Amino acid sequence: MLETALLLLLVGVFAGTAGSLLGIGGGMIVIPIITVGMGLPIKYAIGASVIAVIATSSGATIAYLRDELLNLRVAMFLEIATTVGAITGAVLVGLIHAVWLEALFGCFLLYSCYNMIKKLWGKKKLDTDQDVVPDHLSQRLRLGGSYYDKLTMKQVDYQVTNVPGGFAMMYGAGLASGLLGIGSGVFKVIAMDTIMKMPLKPSSATSNLMMGVTAAASATVYFFEGAIRPEIAAPIALGILIGAAIGTRIMQRIQPRILRIIFVPILFYMGIQMLIKGIGGTF
Amino acid sequence: MTENKQELDLKDEIHNAERLIGKVMQIGVFLAAGVMLIGVLMFLVSGHSGYSGTYHPYQFQTILAGLAGLKPYAIIMTGLFLLILTPVLRVVVSIYAFYVARDRLYVWITTIVLIILLIAMVIGMYGI
Repeated sequence: MLETALLLLLVGVFAGTAGSLLGIGGGMIVIPIITVGMGLPIKYAIGASVIAVIATSSGATIAYLRDELLNLRVAMFLEIATTVGAITGAVLVGLIHAVWLEALFGCFLLYSCYNMIKKLWGKKKLDTDQDVVPDHLSQRLRLGGSYYDKLTMKQVDYQVTNVPGGFAMMYGAGLASGLLGIGSGVFKVIAMDTIMKMPLKPSSATSNLMMGVTAAASATVYFFEGAIRPEIAAPIALGILIGAAIGTRIMQRIQPRILRIIFVPILFYMGIQMLIKGIGGTF
Repeated sequence: MTENKQELDLKDEIHNAERLIGKVMQIGVFLAAGVMLIGVLMFLVSGHSGYSGTYHPYQFQTILAGLAGLKPYAIIMTGLFLLILTPVLRVVVSIYAFYVARDRLYVWITTIVLIILLIAMVIGMYGI
């Protein structure tokens, strides 16, 4: 019992550190370890994961807010889309068989992996060298912002564009979050960084806050359904809080590129494992 | 000149509001973590969840009853619920921050988010 609790605590520390560094929830790491590594039902893994996501988000938000990387307007406006998506997903989850959830989760991990590799091979993009023209909605909602980059030691002003596209993507991110108990940070960063052309660092920080609010919507459903087991979720959550504190301290001094290189092989391995477990379960 | 000074005052107020959000969040997270930690330690030291078999309480009434009896699982579940509430708290304080910044549009937008979250809770408790 003590060993299990300690193991879960360590899983949390690892997931919390990696999660806050990459602007993703701990779910991508927590779910494969609990289901494949420890052999527990995916239902409880999803419950623990959604708690992990909230812990990652709340733990990291404290640090980000002090650094003023966060764009609160972008976060709150897009939250309308993610929370509605999360409710849709949490309602749908009861209708889908566990095996399909596992396979779907494996696909999601492999997709995240592909997405990171694509970014690594794409043209080397620094956060500061963009010139974005804001669209009509972005101007009306005053979504542009500014942050201080510790790496280049400069104040960076930025604009965002293509708001409807980002909003639609955020609904999908919320749906995935409610369905799989993940933070959907990858989709959220895509919506902001790729579609809306927001710089990566404020995108990650904003995504972190949004993950928590989105996860709170689906977490309530899981909580009152009894899918959140105290002996699994609590040690992980405590570990995550420790890990998030570590991660946000390292983040300012690392280029996003290095983070991705470290994380791609881990994601790929976990994705394959989950896919095998999901497909294997059907035969 | 006076306009500039007003703008600076407003910036100061926004800054204070943001610091307040940070403080409130910190208190919320530490409280949730503390309650969870107490529950986990009680569970590990006593070796009992306070309930028979693998049962754990997950409704308001059963959790509150378990809290009164100092049952480890009920304490952990309370901590977990407090943790779930921290992002909701974040939204609530953000409404205040936008209000202080005299940003009416975003007071409305953030209020919509809060209402959606409350709807999610109702669905969680009673189903659709």
